[in-house]
Amino acid sequence: MIDTTDMLNVFQNHRGDAIVISGRASKHWVNISTYEKRDVPLGDPAMGGHASFAFGLALANPDKKIILFDSEGDVLMNMGVLTTIAEIAPPNFYHFLLDNEVYATTGGQPVPNAQNVAYDVIASGAGYPSSHAFDNLEDFTNNVEEILANPGPVMVALKVNPEIENEPIGRRRRWQTRTRDQVIEDLQGQLGLSTS
Amino acid sequence: MTQQQAELSPETVLAQIKANGVTHVVWLPDSETNWLYLLMKADPTIELIPVSREGAAFSTAAGLSVGGKKPIILIQNTGLMESGDSLRGWAIGMNIPVVLMVGYRGYTRHGVIQDTAATYTERFLNAFDVDYYLIENSEDAERITIAFKEAEKTRRPVAVLVGDEYHGFNSR
Repeated sequence: MIDTTDMLNVFQNHRGDAIVISGRASKHWVNISTYEKRDVPLGDPAMGGHASFAFGLALANPDKKIILFDSEGDVLMNMGVLTTIAEIAPPNFYHFLLDNEVYATTGGQPVPNAQNVAYDVIASGAGYPSSHAFDNLEDFTNNVEEILANPGPVMVALKVNPEIENEPIGRRRRWQTRTRDQVIEDLQGQLGLSTS
Repeated sequence: MTQQQAELSPETVLAQIKANGVTHVVWLPDSETNWLYLLMKADPTIELIPVSREGAAFSTAAGLSVGGKKPIILIQNTGLMESGDSLRGWAIGMNIPVVLMVGYRGYTRHGVIQDTAATYTERFLNAFDVDYYLIENSEDAERITIAFKEAEKTRRPVAVLVGDEYHGFNSR
């Protein structure tokens, strides 16, 4: 298993000027990223949709590298999107998946068949031209630079330690540093789009 | 009204879509819109994005819209109802000005609606406070532009209910 913060610290060294949709990694990424205006921590607009959103953003901006930190729970909820991504195959789309085998934010209940699902294999079967799986930081560290140097779409499935939350939602520490509207405004500024 | 006016021409619908600057059509096939699909597929100015579950259409459209493109969502009423949480979170919650063209399966102006897909369509849209416009023939097609203008003005999704299978079945 990989510690998510350790993984993100390694990734940060290779991020460049990519747009990062931080998804389920957001609460850690906001403390690691050095390019906030290109970060897109949306919280959780509706579970299962991050991959489609990031895919749409990649289509709209083919000259920008789009990196998503998705989760296995989200992908299980919207697995068909993998076929759409594979068909259109945006080369600027990098799909990292954090697989902690549980629904961590609801108390740590296991996802279906938690320990026996190979998301890299599922992505390959859906038609992703490239997919990888890592369950230790060393292998991830040795490969991430090359993965990001090659065209996408690519799936990078990562076995990560679960960080289970049992506190009532209203009592949890807020990690957000910007409102969702501000995140979108900052992103569109980076994309050269009018935000008026 | 001529027979041609009494039917909904897919060419007229496509002209409306193009006139409103649509760049991407995020869609899942349904019987009401298949002929429109065939026309769009042949049009090089529009990119078709197929999804396998209607909820993904809303998050995909959100990404396209935030990224500077102008998507339209083309789905059936059955799939719209499946998509409630995505409509809420990715379209309404993200202030996405997107038009949904929704095949109105089961709709008829004649007699009693028998298909519960039609029974609950407008109730569903009302529950989410999504405005909608019904089009049944080519004379109604300008309502598509009205929907686009309203979506832009309100920064919200607006629906166009397609109450005809491009065959004029409601005109019989």
